Amino acid sequence: MTVLSLLSYEFFQNALLAGVLASIACGIIGTIVIIRRMVAISGGISHAAFGGIGMGYFLGIEPLLGALGFTIGAALTMGELEQRAEQHMDTLIGAVWATGMAIGILFIYLTPGFAPDLFGYLFGNILLVPQGDLLLMLVLVAVIVITVGLLFNDLVAVTFDQEYATVINLPVERLMLALLVLIALTVVMLIQVVGIILVIALLTLPAAISRECTAQVKTMMLYAVLFGIAFTTAGIFISAFLNIPSGATIILVSAAAYGIVLAKKQFE
Amino acid sequence: MAAEPVIEVENLWLKKNNQVILEGINLRVMPGDVYAILGPNGGGKTTLLKVILGLITPDRGTVRILGGPPRERRHLIGYVPQLRTFDFSYPISVREMVLSGLLGRKAGLLKTFTDADTALADKALATMGIAHLANRAIRDLSGGEQQRAVIARALVGDPQVLLLDEPTVFVDASTETRFYDILENLTRSMTIVLVTHDIGVIASHVTKVACLNRRLYTHESRELTEDMVKEAYICPVDIIAHGQPHRVLRPHPPEE
Repeated sequence: MTVLSLLSYEFFQNALLAGVLASIACGIIGTIVIIRRMVAISGGISHAAFGGIGMGYFLGIEPLLGALGFTIGAALTMGELEQRAEQHMDTLIGAVWATGMAIGILFIYLTPGFAPDLFGYLFGNILLVPQGDLLLMLVLVAVIVITVGLLFNDLVAVTFDQEYATVINLPVERLMLALLVLIALTVVMLIQVVGIILVIALLTLPAAISRECTAQVKTMMLYAVLFGIAFTTAGIFISAFLNIPSGATIILVSAAAYGIVLAKKQFE
Repeated sequence: MAAEPVIEVENLWLKKNNQVILEGINLRVMPGDVYAILGPNGGGKTTLLKVILGLITPDRGTVRILGGPPRERRHLIGYVPQLRTFDFSYPISVREMVLSGLLGRKAGLLKTFTDADTALADKALATMGIAHLANRAIRDLSGGEQQRAVIARALVGDPQVLLLDEPTVFVDASTETRFYDILENLTRSMTIVLVTHDIGVIASHVTKVACLNRRLYTHESRELTEDMVKEAYICPVDIIAHGQPHRVLRPHPPEE
């Protein structure tokens, strides 16, 4: 199997395109997740997605659409509860994380028959991305890029110093909820690529590496997108050649790169 | 004609977990005042500033900023929070951070910064004596430089009053004098409320002093009586004395 013969398959082209789209989203949103320290929240949101996937199976609708509903619901619930119920975000993350998974398990148990791609949703299978999912990913990327582009300065202000943003009367509450929804959208895109369980790795590793390279949010986003594209592409090729799971391979490539960057930093 | 107070606090009470944090606070800051609020750690100083800014709702009493409610008027205040609340590892340049102080006055979805905004930011940085650091990342600055950058962010919007929370905690000894010179320059042109646990900060340019330890012991001059300080701190401390131009503190006893 050569590189050229791989590239001639439509499924392989789709996989590479899905990797690029996911990398754009996770580079931009992952950067904010890293600098605002929202990795755990993102983990909660991604695991809540499992509830939506289960519901999708149960109702016979597209599971990713169910995941979209559940991630946005989980994001807004955590944001609202933190502001209104005076609960620690830590606690809310734990609750939402497990509740989402539990709902998913129940729905799948209640669904007659066999849930065919369940494993794919949990661990990702980028080599099987259907054309329709690519379209959904394209729409989500457009929404993320446009929203972040419009709100960029506000988002930087509110993630850098939320209290000061409140004092100068920025709409802090709405901005934070918008940010949580953007994370939810990104998570849904990444499910197809690496699966629910591995989402936070792809969301954080490219941005964490690019943080070591620059002290500017915009540059950090750009580098994170490029790193993400490099890791997903490399991971897809390696997994195709060695016939091993693609999601896990992408994560391990990213983690290896992160390890190298950290080691290099130690020896400098 | 009597001028309107910049900040007016009337009979303010705040409880948290059944504990009284602020008790019957009355405070009136007039234009041109350089008002120092002293008090021990945990005395409620930062909390009082947050109530003034409308970040915390009091149980009783009113706060007015230039005659209006805090949430409508707080953008006229230049707020300088405590440095220890910052995440200075955030990837942002000094100029970008100062520019963010202008976001509140921009309307609409897409808020971009104009050349005029950049000029305002650079002017604020020059006032604080750190114009040369504009393009540096804040994480590469010293504590004293970071403090000045945060004050520049408060100054950029041309506020009516500057609210400083513990502005000297992270100022390194080598730049301390210069820092006080800059503060002193600011006191000539603006109204300032300064909160600190370090009464050594009080220099000759302070016009009013109060002590806060749950209750506010005010004094309509820069004179501070020993009783006020004792009451506020519970234990006796150095007090501020008249007649000395720069440090209005009683000298420490010579070291043994």
